Amino acid sequence: MIKSLEMEQVEVVFGLPGGCILPAYDPILDSPIRHILVRHEQGAGHMAEGYAHVTGRPGVAMVTSGPAATNLVTPLCDAYMDSVPMVAITGQVGRAVIGTDGFQECDTVGITRSVTKHNELIMDPDGISLAVRQAFHLAITGRPGPVLLDVPKDVLQAEVDWYWPTDDEVSSSLPGYRPTTKGHPRMIKEAARLIGQARRPVIYAGGGILKARAAEALKQLAERMGIPVVTTLMARGAFPDDHELCLGMPGMHGNYTAITALQEADLLIALGTRFDDRVTGRVGAFAPHAKVIHVDIDPAELGKIRQPDVPIVGDCNQVITEIIKALEAAGSGAADLTEWRSRISGWQERFPLHYDPHVEGDALKPQQVMEGLRDSAPNGTILASGVGQHQMWASQYWKFNEPYTWVNSGGLGTMGFSVPAAIGAKVGRPDRTVWAVDGDGCFQMTAQELVTASSERIPIKVAILNNAYLGMVRQWQEMFYEERYSEVYLSPDLPDYVKWAEAMGCVAFRVEDPSEVQPVIDKANAIDDRPVVIDFRTDAREKVFPMVPAGAANDDVVVHPSQKPTDMKVVQ
Amino acid sequence: MASSATHQTLSVLVENRSGVLARVSGLFARRGFNIISLAVAPTDDSNFSRINLVIDVEETSVEQITKQLFKLVNVVKITELLPSESVERELLMMTISVASDARSNVIELVDIFGGKIVDVGINALTVMVAGDPDRLDDFEDLMRPYGIIELQRTGRVALPKLRKAI
Repeated sequence: MIKSLEMEQVEVVFGLPGGCILPAYDPILDSPIRHILVRHEQGAGHMAEGYAHVTGRPGVAMVTSGPAATNLVTPLCDAYMDSVPMVAITGQVGRAVIGTDGFQECDTVGITRSVTKHNELIMDPDGISLAVRQAFHLAITGRPGPVLLDVPKDVLQAEVDWYWPTDDEVSSSLPGYRPTTKGHPRMIKEAARLIGQARRPVIYAGGGILKARAAEALKQLAERMGIPVVTTLMARGAFPDDHELCLGMPGMHGNYTAITALQEADLLIALGTRFDDRVTGRVGAFAPHAKVIHVDIDPAELGKIRQPDVPIVGDCNQVITEIIKALEAAGSGAADLTEWRSRISGWQERFPLHYDPHVEGDALKPQQVMEGLRDSAPNGTILASGVGQHQMWASQYWKFNEPYTWVNSGGLGTMGFSVPAAIGAKVGRPDRTVWAVDGDGCFQMTAQELVTASSERIPIKVAILNNAYLGMVRQWQEMFYEERYSEVYLSPDLPDYVKWAEAMGCVAFRVEDPSEVQPVIDKANAIDDRPVVIDFRTDAREKVFPMVPAGAANDDVVVHPSQKPTDMKVVQ
Repeated sequence: MASSATHQTLSVLVENRSGVLARVSGLFARRGFNIISLAVAPTDDSNFSRINLVIDVEETSVEQITKQLFKLVNVVKITELLPSESVERELLMMTISVASDARSNVIELVDIFGGKIVDVGINALTVMVAGDPDRLDDFEDLMRPYGIIELQRTGRVALPKLRKAI
């Protein structure tokens, strides 16, 4: 098993040993593979995801059977929803014991079947190397995703002759797996034709751009035709935020311009994206005037939510490159989009992101903290986040100018993602500064992994936006449940985040006054030998704006109360 | 055919290994697709099995079901069989409560439907009928007044219709 992982060029395994996986842990002592001992198996899974997000290579998590395997279910589901390549290895009770409710036995493949791209219980010791090769192949090709291998203890202990399957053997062992990567030429031509004719086109870029390493191709397409680009939560960084064509994030907490540009568009060029409900709002009212070109490597995404006019199954990088060629062949230069672009810049001027400035005596504005982190972040900083208000502020206020610098839990919305994911990211890119932005609710779910970070010398930095609430839930209760705050208060002081972080071997600071924000961030950025945690005391009354209420149409986006609602609805 | 608009048969060729049926049925459960009937058997090549699925196409699109199924690594090939373009057969076994004076009527009906009596008891008969699923529905309706004690149907199997002209 371990030799197979070495053959797959695995550099690092995140895991925690136990009874059934013991035979695989012994050879780790003699292997060049670095093992990172986590404090909870969920942490191993999210670390593997963070590693995969920033390196593009499958993250590997290895844990034992039973409760360890069930602790891995959340990260597997998270990776499945966000198409993160990951290989999980779980121990299983011996073959003779399977099915008898043995100690630490559980039906791992049964439990994880619907949250993995594929999983396999390896019953034949000779099959280990082929299963490992298959797992890495499946995890990284086509639509990436998590693959789990469940290995009984006696299968791990068996003596076998070493054997490494060839590419052909891997391929012929998977007769039902042939992902389409090359787009259909006729559809590509048709896409180019629509792009050439569009007067109000928008590129709706999703996480598939990053998975396909297509950021450069995307930039070429956008620049060649002068088409504005929105980047979904999963695609932040796929197109530089400082580019004049970048409109930023659409969706429930997207900015007004990105949301409205999609609504008013006559053509959506949807690239590696899945029309998620957080982007579309009420589907029937989403981009009502637009024709849709939809490119995705997963055929099941085409027509799942919105019927495309031009469906293209394929790898985004290949398809975009082909579309550019088709545009060149047809002699389509940049269309005159002056009017469209000027409407867009009108929205940008009128509805920028906005928050009320800090008032003396109040707690910190979380947005201001985000801006402080952003403005003093060293070049190439990687940002990880948990889930909730802080995640939205992070996505809104950070400037993502480089791909693979944003690590977050999009589809599943896993609270507690950020600390372990940031650790995984830092292991994958030790040359980069890695900040984790976290909420106080999230932090309490997985903070123990800072012990891992300290003991393994993985110097991540954590900014807790501590508003003493489950903030996003509080926001919904304020807006939609008549300010009836049910079970959302957490307390700013319990736990004492500074003491807790220090106990876990971190350097810790508390910031309550705006004047301290910058100096403390600078201090944190200067520390390079251990994790840092900053407890920012933020204003619980702050809400994330803009907001499209759940189930509402994107036309009904609610902007910050100080920005007058729009009279700029489209006139067809 | 009355039911042609509401159902369709998918003939799904899968790798013949443990857990594949669970993957297929689990997918249907998770995505909220409805299975009307299901039949599984190995093919002439023992590496593969064929799953015949009859699905409700009123509530979900066949295209989406097919695409999701095809994402399963162990699914090798899917053939969509429209009722109008395929021959479908199903086997029914039924135990009917039959008083001695009604016995000959039942035997006559079984005969009309091309069925067979497979077991005979003092006050009951067990019969089998194979045929077009709609005809089996008719047979069921005709038997109901006599009193159905137990009923077992296999679910449809189907193959594409052959070309009748060159």
